Amino acid sequence: MENKIKLNPSMFEKATLEDRNAEKIKRPSIKYWPDVWRRLKQNKLAMVGLTLIVIMSVMSIVGTHINEFDYKEQNYGLINQPPDSVHWFGTDELGRDLFTRVWLGTRYSLIIGVLAAAIDFVIGVVYGGLSGMASRRVDSIMMRIAEVIYSIPYLLIVILLSVVFSQQGSGTSMFVLILAMTLTDWVPMAILVRGQVLQLKESEYSLASESLGGTRGWILKKHIIPNTLGPILVNVTLTIPRAIFAEATLGFLGLGLQPPSPSLGNLSNDGLAVMPVGIFYQIFIPALFISLIMFSFNVLGDGLRDALDPRLRK
Amino acid sequence: MSKKFFVLMSILLVAAMVFTGCSKPADAPEVATPDAPTDEPAPEPTGEKILRANNASEPGSLDPALAQGTHESWVLDHSFEGLMKLDQEGHVASGMAEDYKISDDFLTYTFTLRDGIKWSNGDPVTAEDFEFAWKRAIDPELAADYAFQIADYVKGGNAYLSGEGSLDDVAIKALDDKTLEVTLEAPTAYFLELTAFYTYYPVNKNVVEANPDWAKSADTHVSNGPFYLTEWEHDASLKMRKNDNYYDADKVHLDGIDLTIIDDENTTWQAYEGGEYDLLLPIPQAVVAKMKDEGNPELVLGGEVGTYYFNLNNDVKPFNNAKVRKGLSYALDKATITDKIAQGGQMPAEGVVPFGMFDEDGKEYRDKVGNLIPYDLDLAKNLFEEGLAEEGMTIDDFNSKGFVLLYNTQESHKKIAQAAQEMWRTNLGIEIGLENVDFQVKLDREKAGDYDISRAGWIGDYMDPMTFIDLWYSKSSFNDANYNNPKYDELVLKAKSTADQKVRFEAMREAENILMDEMPIVPVYFYTQPYAQKPYVTGVYKPLVNYPRLTYADINK
Amino acid sequence: MKKYLLKRLAMSIITIWAVITITFFLMHAVPGNPFAKEGKMPKVVYDNLQKKYGLDKPLREQYVIYLKNVLKGDFGDSMKSRVETVNDMIERGFPVSARIGAQALLIAIVFGPALGALAALYQNKFPDYFSMVLAILGISVPSFIMGTIFIQFIAKNVSWIPIGGWGTWRHTLLPSLALAMMPLAHMARLMRSSMLEVLGQDYIKTAQSKGITKSAVILKHAVRNAILPVVSILGTTISNLLVGSFVIEKIFGIPGLGSFFTKSISNRDYTLIMGTTIFYAIILVALLFTVDLAYMFIDPRIKLTQEGR
Repeated sequence: MENKIKLNPSMFEKATLEDRNAEKIKRPSIKYWPDVWRRLKQNKLAMVGLTLIVIMSVMSIVGTHINEFDYKEQNYGLINQPPDSVHWFGTDELGRDLFTRVWLGTRYSLIIGVLAAAIDFVIGVVYGGLSGMASRRVDSIMMRIAEVIYSIPYLLIVILLSVVFSQQGSGTSMFVLILAMTLTDWVPMAILVRGQVLQLKESEYSLASESLGGTRGWILKKHIIPNTLGPILVNVTLTIPRAIFAEATLGFLGLGLQPPSPSLGNLSNDGLAVMPVGIFYQIFIPALFISLIMFSFNVLGDGLRDALDPRLRK
Repeated sequence: MSKKFFVLMSILLVAAMVFTGCSKPADAPEVATPDAPTDEPAPEPTGEKILRANNASEPGSLDPALAQGTHESWVLDHSFEGLMKLDQEGHVASGMAEDYKISDDFLTYTFTLRDGIKWSNGDPVTAEDFEFAWKRAIDPELAADYAFQIADYVKGGNAYLSGEGSLDDVAIKALDDKTLEVTLEAPTAYFLELTAFYTYYPVNKNVVEANPDWAKSADTHVSNGPFYLTEWEHDASLKMRKNDNYYDADKVHLDGIDLTIIDDENTTWQAYEGGEYDLLLPIPQAVVAKMKDEGNPELVLGGEVGTYYFNLNNDVKPFNNAKVRKGLSYALDKATITDKIAQGGQMPAEGVVPFGMFDEDGKEYRDKVGNLIPYDLDLAKNLFEEGLAEEGMTIDDFNSKGFVLLYNTQESHKKIAQAAQEMWRTNLGIEIGLENVDFQVKLDREKAGDYDISRAGWIGDYMDPMTFIDLWYSKSSFNDANYNNPKYDELVLKAKSTADQKVRFEAMREAENILMDEMPIVPVYFYTQPYAQKPYVTGVYKPLVNYPRLTYADINK
Repeated sequence: MKKYLLKRLAMSIITIWAVITITFFLMHAVPGNPFAKEGKMPKVVYDNLQKKYGLDKPLREQYVIYLKNVLKGDFGDSMKSRVETVNDMIERGFPVSARIGAQALLIAIVFGPALGALAALYQNKFPDYFSMVLAILGISVPSFIMGTIFIQFIAKNVSWIPIGGWGTWRHTLLPSLALAMMPLAHMARLMRSSMLEVLGQDYIKTAQSKGITKSAVILKHAVRNAILPVVSILGTTISNLLVGSFVIEKIFGIPGLGSFFTKSISNRDYTLIMGTTIFYAIILVALLFTVDLAYMFIDPRIKLTQEGR
């Protein structure tokens, strides 16, 4: 039986130009980073943190010029004045304006924190990633080296560096502080990254990529690093406070920034000195600033983590 | 729960147990750790009068020969006693020695000991104990830091200490059980007072010879003072109890002294406020200032003979120029530093010798010298610029050198350094950086001449201006400014070589005038030693060269 | 496995040796001298002191002598104390630091991951906010401020809590708590983020869809997997607790290893610096070793043996 379908032109319709677009994705295609940003914006807390960081950063540059006082100008007639309309944050033990000093301190602390974290991040990720991806033997050697570095007492390094560099008459400068902090402090980051890498490298998608001929570097770049970003980011947001804390602690031991330059650590340390006589604003204000910075970086880090994690996409 | 997870938790728990177990079983929290006293620092029950105070740091040794500073001497001053002692008025009084004779050439001292004086273990204190102790202190093998305190004065002392002379030539001799004869190298007007200094304290010869480690533990520690050591928990506490063998025990009202060892001033101050101490020093600067403002009767501004100053490195241009140095000195507002910054009742420095020393007439030494350091900004600026010009420099040249003020890490030094920096900046238009280093580094760099300006301080060892004047003798080991003036040296030697008080003091006054005319250093203030004591504590007195003396203290609760 | 352990042990010894060597030469490169004095010090006395502590010999010779002594377990005499040897001080200081550290660790381990897990389970709800505020406070307030606040507001008002010093278990309360805040916060945050991650994994959904009870899913699958990053920081946390306690020890006047360490550095007490450093290094290396083992136990995917590759 030959029952063929007979085609005739009337059975066809001419396609219009409009129909050609029918298959098109209506919504604009969203690239990775704009998408992250979009999701970050939905996180209110993270946005509060980001706003605070922006305000703090701007004020740390502008804030020192708002009133007429200089950060090192002393006024012995106005010692330990509580905040008032002239000195908005009060004055310290040498009659210096705390408003100016706190903003300048914020600037130095932010620089120290961010730079130290950035350096830790870069070294830690590269080192930890390479170590995790490398052969067992290399991995083991690299981890031992990291352990050795981490076992050298931090204080010893800071003192050594400050002494070596103080030959130029600068004392413990910011450069020395950052160098001393990062010299050992990238190790926890490296250990974390390595741990993540070890775990991920056994995962199916790495195996798949490897079997498809992906090189180590390729796997590291395309699979492992993006997938470790979450924990790493959380760690970075903790490294910034850690660096700021480290500076404060060193300030407490008298090894912080050289006076009269303030950092939030130095300022709260100075504030501690007058706490026994019931003056609290001198410790409260810098401590509050430290806490605000910490808070901001933490919630921002959390928000970023959520936004970056492809598995949480909804 | 998975088995492996369980294993992990077990490891952690075991680890925690091991750590905790190192100190004490965790299940017996009420029991104190073995390395700590069981009794609480809570107020003692009535009956026993125990004075509670704090010794800011762990003594490096409680052997008088090896002591180095107040953290040792405060305990030693209460547990030992020398031939002489300092009484409530600050005068030299009879201690272990009942009497003494000085030869006509002022070189030989013959001491006679009291009758019936005993060590805390009951042994009699003999002249041999003194001879043994002093000779031991200058034994080069012992390498005692303060050996010079004896060796510099006693004939043959330095020769023996340097390994050149023999022990037999050291002129310290016990003539019998009760008589000690000492011959000096040169007449020394303040030698009697030196015998009250801790390096001169006796040790029990039998005990020391039998057990070289006698001073390392309270159990074997033997002393001859009003109290004896009963407990020494390293870095935690020191306890002393009344020594009933002490000849003046009747007048000692306290049953004991309990010292904690905590170095944080804020913490100890909180504890004092909380009633955990009866007497406390040092106290935080801010607290002193506040108590002083309020006229708080618990604050005692104890006198001290000490001078706080800045070394100027006389070998570094332009600090080699006296006008530059004077300019720097005159531009410092010392009264503001004492009133607004140091705030402990210190006095602006008027020279290098602090108040409290007596001259040949028994009057205040400074009366005849007067204030040698004016605060005069115009004069300061003129002198400074003149001096710079003489060195072929301008202010800009000076600033471009990046000179740095070196100070050892401490809050109070930091404040004063910042104030000086700012005063020099506003008054002279110069920029000087600050650098803080550890004390050991500061000392090292000062000795090596590797500094421009450095903070320093000197607390007198004995009550004579010489303890200060001597510092800038060209060969003095403390002459870190590298000051060298033959005329000055001559005057120092002149004062040291005679026992004629008038000649001595004339020479010292002239020397101080010369020093302040050349200003190798910048004196800032004369120290005080503020301390706090509860209202019910009485009988505490403070010799100018020592910490408060608690020997005759009483608690009237 | 045995082979691996032996290898690790050899590596650990090399690590410790490296730390000894680096610290030894670094320390001697730092200016400052343990015997520098303000007052007079006759050259003879100085030379005698140098001889007494072997500092008169060439540095390399000192190093060899020191290594030999360390092998015998002898850290030498402290250069500042004429009373105790370095061994005495470590023996005395370590239990003190360890006790504070162990108590702090216990507090952190008990509350940190628990808070973090809670926060993740109730994301963006009250428990989340509560634990994160606590965590943020914990990492926002430096330990020296925390310690001072504790003294100012707790010790001063609660009569049975002493303000400072060392003696009874009461003396350990505030320092342990102050010390615990930071690692507690750190652990809580790490736990929260890794828990969130784990909760999004397929095997959790699979487990849930199989009808396993919620608590079983959380305990058996989620917590066990999420705790990995927390475990990985345990080694450094413990060592930080031990080493990092020096600020707390200073504030509360506690005679622990940390306070010896800081003091020894500012005093340039060479033997004590070396002794405490080596001791710390040994502990740290041992801890990292333990953590690696622990890792192997909880995550079977990580193969530590040679055959794994």
